[in-house]
Amino acid sequence: MASRPEGVVTATGVRRVFGGTTVLDGVDLRIEKGEVVALLGESGSGKSTLLRILAGLDEEATGEFTTFGSKAVVFQEHRLLPWKRVAENVALGVRGGDAPDRTATALEEVGLAERGRAWPSELSGGQSQRVAFARALVREPDLLLLDEPFGALDALTRLKMQALFGRLRARHGFAALLVTHDVEEALLLSDRLLVLDRGRIAEEIEVDLGHPRAVDVPGFNELRRRLLALLHVPADPEE
Amino acid sequence: MRLRPRRLITPIALVAVWEGAAQAGVLSPDKLPPPSKVAEAAWRLTLDGSLGLHLLESVERAALGLLIGGLLGLFLGAVAGLFRNGDDLVDPPVQAARMLPHLGLVPLLIIWVGIGESLKVSLVALGAFFPIYLNTYAGIRDIDERLVEAARTCGLTQLERIRHVVLPGAMPSLFLGLRLAFAAGWLSLVVGEQVNGQSGLGFMMMEARDFSQTEIVVLGLIVYASLGLLSDLALRTAERRALSWRRGLKAS
Repeated sequence: MASRPEGVVTATGVRRVFGGTTVLDGVDLRIEKGEVVALLGESGSGKSTLLRILAGLDEEATGEFTTFGSKAVVFQEHRLLPWKRVAENVALGVRGGDAPDRTATALEEVGLAERGRAWPSELSGGQSQRVAFARALVREPDLLLLDEPFGALDALTRLKMQALFGRLRARHGFAALLVTHDVEEALLLSDRLLVLDRGRIAEEIEVDLGHPRAVDVPGFNELRRRLLALLHVPADPEE
Repeated sequence: MRLRPRRLITPIALVAVWEGAAQAGVLSPDKLPPPSKVAEAAWRLTLDGSLGLHLLESVERAALGLLIGGLLGLFLGAVAGLFRNGDDLVDPPVQAARMLPHLGLVPLLIIWVGIGESLKVSLVALGAFFPIYLNTYAGIRDIDERLVEAARTCGLTQLERIRHVVLPGAMPSLFLGLRLAFAAGWLSLVVGEQVNGQSGLGFMMMEARDFSQTEIVVLGLIVYASLGLLSDLALRTAERRALSWRRGLKAS
């Protein structure tokens, strides 16, 4: 560990057992500074469990895991407090006299500078999720933990949000662990892919596709097929 | 809450029919005096100050009882809702005691605290305690765990989570508890004030019954009802202010 001190996540042999079921069976994971790692896996493979452990929300996991620097979490649901206005939600837990300014900046970055006074119930699903991103950004995280953050959005909003994520990442340079079941999303947004299968990291794939990228860049489809196979999904309808 | 004039039609018509029937002699004035006589009694007793005095006495008892019962319910409900140990220790006896009809405790309460002021206040406090306790407890328990988790990831300490997530989240339930507590409180007061007393609306009514002044008995009932109505209105206004964030939810 001492030889590569710049990692924001180091985890070795992470195990988590629910009842008699082993969900994570010795996961090793390392995320470098500024690196976006996508975590794929079939449902029930333990992706979210691993993310929750790193977020500090699971006290019963065993193994060694450390995160360095500040971190923030965006969940699949926006999880905004309905009784606080948008700006108060973003500023939740932010300390220091410059909190209002930072909140305003974060809201501006997600394109909601005008909605600070709104109640969460007045926002659309996409807007709520953008507020959730602002709430994460305002903490200036070294590590963003994203648990299917676009999973509950409609297809068009999802595309816009993925583009927004790309821009925010380019500007802030945070590292991220992106839990997703969307193969294309993982390929579009990440530098490295991990496939979780039966509680272990079954495969690790570097994504050398450059930024910004689109689904029609050379090599994209090849990777997509490879990933789908790893996830036990036929890539073509005939198969 | 807009007052729609159409909603006033039936109440006014009913009062008119009541007045008409009394004037026509269909209703015996000893059994049910006409509204005009009740209004007359109200005016008379207001002028000589006795209605105001009795009213003040009753409101004081209700306020004191609600305060004691409410604070106790709030405190124990919060302890049981927030802490597992509190839940294990506090909830079982309260759930058991809840099954006792508290108005049936009057004979026992008379033995314990006598027939004076403490009886009335104790009854109101008992009536108010259970709805507040139960709704505080339920309000805290029903909070979306995912919101608490999100607050944790935002770096909120446990105390801050209680302040920013748990308490506001329990507010709607708490207001429901308050409204039920007020209703139970007034009811307890009516019962309590019929046991002895030198003042208060209940005393006024009992005394009037002894002199067959039916209109004062009816007046007492109307004042009790108005008190209930007014307190409910005040609570609803407070609720709308405190829970203004729900407006968007209701509309959708």
